[in-house]
Order: sequence, then C-alpha cells, then structure tokens
Amino acid sequence: MIINTVTLPVHNNSAEKATVTPELPEKVIISMAQSIGAPCEPLVKPGDRVLKGQLIGDSSGNVSAPVHASVSGKVSGETEILNISGKLSRAIVIETDSIQELHPDIKPPTVTDRESFLKAVRDSGSVGLGGAGFPTHLKLDYDRKRATADTLIINAAECEPFITSDYREIMELPHDVIEGIRLVMKYIGIPKALIGIEGDKPDAIEKMREVSANFPEITVKQLPAKYPQGAEKVIVYQMTGKLVKKGKLPLDSGCIVMNVSTISFLAEYMRTGIPLITRRVTIDGDEELIDKENAKNVFVPVGTTLEHLRKIAGLKREPARIIIGGPMMGSCVYDMNTPVVKTTGSVLFLGEPDFTRESPCIRCGKCIHVCSINLNPYEINRAYDAKNVEMLKKLCADMCMSCASCSFICPAKRHISEKGQLAKQLVLKK
Amino acid sequence: MNKLIIEPNPHIRSSNTTSQIMVGVIIAAIPSIIASTVFFGLKSLILIATCVSACIFFEFAFRLIFKKPHTIANFSAVITGILLAFCLPVTFPLYMAVIGSFVSIVIVKEMFGGIGQNFANPAIVGRIVLMLSFPSYMSNYVEPFFYNHADSSVDVVSSATPLAVEAGEILPSYLDLFLGNHGGTLGETSALALLLGFAYLLCMKIIRWITPVVFVGTVAVGTLVFGGDPLFAVLTGGVLLGAIFMATDYTTNPMTPHGKAIFAFGCGLITVIIRQFGGMPEGVAFSILTMNVLTPLIDRVTKTKPFGADSS
Repeated sequence: MIINTVTLPVHNNSAEKATVTPELPEKVIISMAQSIGAPCEPLVKPGDRVLKGQLIGDSSGNVSAPVHASVSGKVSGETEILNISGKLSRAIVIETDSIQELHPDIKPPTVTDRESFLKAVRDSGSVGLGGAGFPTHLKLDYDRKRATADTLIINAAECEPFITSDYREIMELPHDVIEGIRLVMKYIGIPKALIGIEGDKPDAIEKMREVSANFPEITVKQLPAKYPQGAEKVIVYQMTGKLVKKGKLPLDSGCIVMNVSTISFLAEYMRTGIPLITRRVTIDGDEELIDKENAKNVFVPVGTTLEHLRKIAGLKREPARIIIGGPMMGSCVYDMNTPVVKTTGSVLFLGEPDFTRESPCIRCGKCIHVCSINLNPYEINRAYDAKNVEMLKKLCADMCMSCASCSFICPAKRHISEKGQLAKQLVLKK
Repeated sequence: MNKLIIEPNPHIRSSNTTSQIMVGVIIAAIPSIIASTVFFGLKSLILIATCVSACIFFEFAFRLIFKKPHTIANFSAVITGILLAFCLPVTFPLYMAVIGSFVSIVIVKEMFGGIGQNFANPAIVGRIVLMLSFPSYMSNYVEPFFYNHADSSVDVVSSATPLAVEAGEILPSYLDLFLGNHGGTLGETSALALLLGFAYLLCMKIIRWITPVVFVGTVAVGTLVFGGDPLFAVLTGGVLLGAIFMATDYTTNPMTPHGKAIFAFGCGLITVIIRQFGGMPEGVAFSILTMNVLTPLIDRVTKTKPFGADSS
C-alpha cells in the first residue's frame, strides 16, 4: 500500500544556525491549559514572588500536566488568553526580574523503577511537543491490559516547511535524544526503538546513526521527504508497516509515538531536574518580511508573548498573518499577547495570502490523490454541503486529520480541508 | 500594528490554478492546431478562431445576462472552442460552427451551472448536435493539401474519412494515418500531433495516463476480437482525439483511478460496438457522451477506502 503524499515547497533558512538565546521578555504570560485535558488551577496569586521552575499550576484531573514558572519575578496578575484550540483559558502574568533565580527544590529526580520514572515524567510537566500536547506520563503509563507496546517510534519527521526546531534538537543534543530513548525503553519496558527522519535531512540521519551506533535496539529510518510523514498514523505505517485502525491508537498496534524534542527533554530533566519551562521556537516567514539571515531558532521561556517574538524576529514590514505552528496545520493568531506554550514549535510571519477567492470545483480529483488516509475530500465536501450525516459517516469524514493537503493542492483554491473539519465535527456531534 | 488576517489552515497553497491547467490543455492542443493548418490550410485556423471567439462570447454574454461572476479568465471556454473545431471538417460553414459553439457553451455548460457543473463534455455534445443537424456538412471531408491545387475553379476534392471508405478505394498508409495525411476533421487526423499533446499533458501532470490508455487499448483489443485491424482502428476517426482530450475532461469523468478505468473501458467498448454494428462510421462521440452520463453512477460505486477504516 502506498500512502498518498504531497510535495511542499522547501523553506529551511533557519536549519543550519545554532539556536540562540535572546534577551528575556519583560513579562511572561503562562497559560494554565498547556496540555490536552483538564486545565491547571493557579497555585500562586498576584503579588507573589515566584522562582524559575516553581510549580505554579496543577490539576487533580487525570489527563493533565503541571505548569511551572519559566522566569523568576513577581506575579502581576491573572488574565485570560485564547488557546490555539479556540478556548479561553486562565493565565498567570509574571514580571521578569533580573536575577533569574532557580527554585531551590530543583534537583535531579531519583528514578529507580517504573513508578518513580512515571512520577518524575509527570513532575517535569512534559507534554507531547510535536503539537498534540498529550501529557507524556499518560502516554507512557498506558493501559497494559489493552495492549503491550513493543516499539517506541521517535517522530523526527518534521514534515512541514519552515519548522526546524526538531532538526536543531537532533543536531545540538543528539546524546539527549538517545539517552531519553534508553530511559523510556528501560523503565517502560519497550524492547526496540525506531527513529524516523525525512530524507531531506541527511545530516540529522547521519548524526543519529552515529550516536546510536552502539545501541542495536535503536534503529534510524529514513522517511520520504513528503508531507505528511509526521502524522501519527502515517509514521506508524511507514516505520512498521502496521495500520492504525479507525478509532484506535498506535498503542493497539504495539507502538508508542513520541516527538524527538519530548524524548530529548526527558533526558535533560532526569539530569537537571529543571521542568519544561523553556521552548525552542523557529522564527521564520515569507522572505519579503523576514530576511534569510534573520530566520532562526531561539530558546525562549514558556509564556513569551508574540509581541516579544516579533521584536526578536527583526521584521522588514508588518506581517499580515502570524501563524503558530507550521504553514500547513498551524493556526492564525491575532492577539499579540498570545504566549508561547509548551507545544509551540514555530512562529511564522507571513504576508497576505496568495489566493483569497475560491473558484468552482473542476473535479480534477487532486484532493483525492493527495489524501494520506485515502479519504475522498470532494465527496466529503459535497456531503457536508448537503448536511448528509449518513453519507459523511460512510465516507469516514471523522478520520480526517486536518493535514490540509487537499486545500494545498486544489487548483480552484477551495477550502476543502476547512469543510472537512466542519464535516468531522458534524459526524462527531451526531 | 495593522490588522492581522485570520484564515483556516493551510497557510500556503500550491501555485497551480484552474487557469494554469486550462492553459496547459491549450498548449497541448497546439501541435494539433499546427497539423490541421499544415494539412488543411489557413481555413482551419479561421474555423478554430471562430469557434474559440464564439465560445468566449457566449460564456461572457450568458454570465452578463444572468448576472453571474465572469469565468472567461479561466480559459475553459477557449478549450471548448478548440475541441469543437477539432471535430469539424475544414469545409464546415462558419455560421454553423457558431451554432455548435452556442450549443456547447450555453446549453451544455452554462445552463447546468458553468465550469465544473456540466454533466457532459460541451464539445462532444456540440459535435453530436451538429452531426445530427447538418450531417452532409459534417462529413464533407477533403483531401489534405487541397489548397495547393492551383486551379481554384475546381471544387475541392472530396474525400471520405478512412473509416467510411467504400470497398475498392485505396486506404491511406499507416504512416499517412500517423502523420495525419488523410481526410478527416481538423483535430483528429494527426496521431503524431495528438500524441505530442498527450505527452505534454502527462509531463505537466494535468491528466493521468489511465483514461487514454485504457480507452485506446479497449478499442484496439475490441477491434481485434471482431476481426478488424487494431492499429487502423486506433489511428482513424476520433479515437485518439477523444481519448486524450475529451474523455479526460475533469468534470465529466470519474474522480478515482478505478472509476477512470471503468469509464475508459466503457468508452472503448461502445466505440467498437458502434463502429461494428451501428449505422455510422464513427462512434467516439456517442461513446464518450454515454459514459459522461454514467459518470455519477461510476463515482458512486467506486468509493475510496480510507486506510484503517472498517471493511464494511
């Protein structure tokens, strides 16, 4: 079986530059909802002094990950921000001080067995950094009655243009990646690991092969440089040949998929005890807005606002669109106070869209030929227009993962993928 | 700070547009336009220009009258005009060509909602209507290079399309058939020119190989089964023109590869049946029209199977 793919334009101006640490922002806005699941309750109140790495938000909810202060300073207030998912969430505003004092409790965790490892992972505040934001400890503490994970898949495909933060993670911290993989394999009891990297990153493939040479249980596999290799179902199939059935998890096929930056963070946390408070973010965009030389990866505290990133970016003119995430699956933001969260891998500054008007569908069928899960986007769009839920169910509209390849390829510039998302909601609601 | 634009993902689009695709098809038709001019003279260029202008005019006028957004900028009317002209003999009266353009654009295309909405290929229906309305004009083929005959007082030498050659007459050679040096309509005679266009369409990924190959393959095999000459069957009449330019029309053929294969097989089969048993020498136009009508049905039975979906 061949997975349908699409070839995207290459934008990797930020790839070969070491990550830089720009000046600290004057304030950070730390969202209480940085993972899938229950949002955290703030543990600090306005006026409190907080230290770097201090726990400032936690939840008793099962699906949740704690939130830590990313800077030291004074809590100046609480605010509400709009999440990428479109929901309002509480957020703590911290005014940064010049000391940047680390919280005294921060020390490497003591890990001896599975339980203590999982507790340490939870305490680290780790979530899936690829964008999904699923709490890492829950992914690792899977239901062992349901299935047994025998393969750890490290997703380093990074298949969207512009984004290079995972690539920089591999190039700068390859040993952390291997260390993180070994920790998870050891404590969770997974016998083998596969690292998937797209073929257009030969340096990263070579680097990972080099550092994993002594570990026969870890294999580096080259993925085609086509979109969307990084989608969970796609990477599981490409790496193992196993299909993840509709409504099932990779786990049901014996796989746990983790983003490369997440795994590398775990190794770093076990060594230092510093929770997930810093994020590597790719800053790039259209060349009319941002010079090649200014495209870069930066380490910024979680909670850094877009306003600050815009200053760092060195833009040539005002952007028309600001995207958090990649150009294919990322979301537009309009509030310059929107903060970087744990899952923010890139911020793109783009000009006006090239195409704004839809023209009539000419039934060319290109959307069908690029759908990586072999849906029929054309029929799904038609069934959605007719609000035909039965037909949408037959067409498996709820399997769409919003990769947006259909909209990308459409010569009539129709918003096929957007309608696909609406169709999916319609099916899930009924 | 100026206002930021909010849009659904994706935030980048391929540069490929509808008009680019249409221009690609026009470019693919250029070898055949040149071939028809070489074989049938400047008159063929005039006929093509007439059809194209009439198609553009009718589309523009229709949209103007019914206050719809204009669509002539996507060049699809140009293609309809070219393909309609390709179906006509060079001797065809211009005003009749305009009538054909009216049928194609107004009745078949615009009345059903314009680009992407028509149930049948406009040029095919245009050709069929002209064939039924003006049968003698539509079969008034002439020998290639007739315009070289110095004595202009003599009527042009009439010639039958090789498909309608009576017993005893001399058939053109395979080479002449391949190059286009025989009687026929403007676009269908030169296999070489059509194949050049086909190669271009494939290279530019405008069409997929499956429809033309299955169509032509079915005609060849079917003719063989009935004891005919497959090569002759493929090189004569509108098989190549139909298979490359008309059966591949996006709007009127199925969208999945399986559907396209069924569609093309049906086209080939009906062509052979009409040629063998029908009252007309040629069956390409009717076969494509029949399959056009069946396209929604084919689309219905050839659904894609999503990966990992239940087998039901």
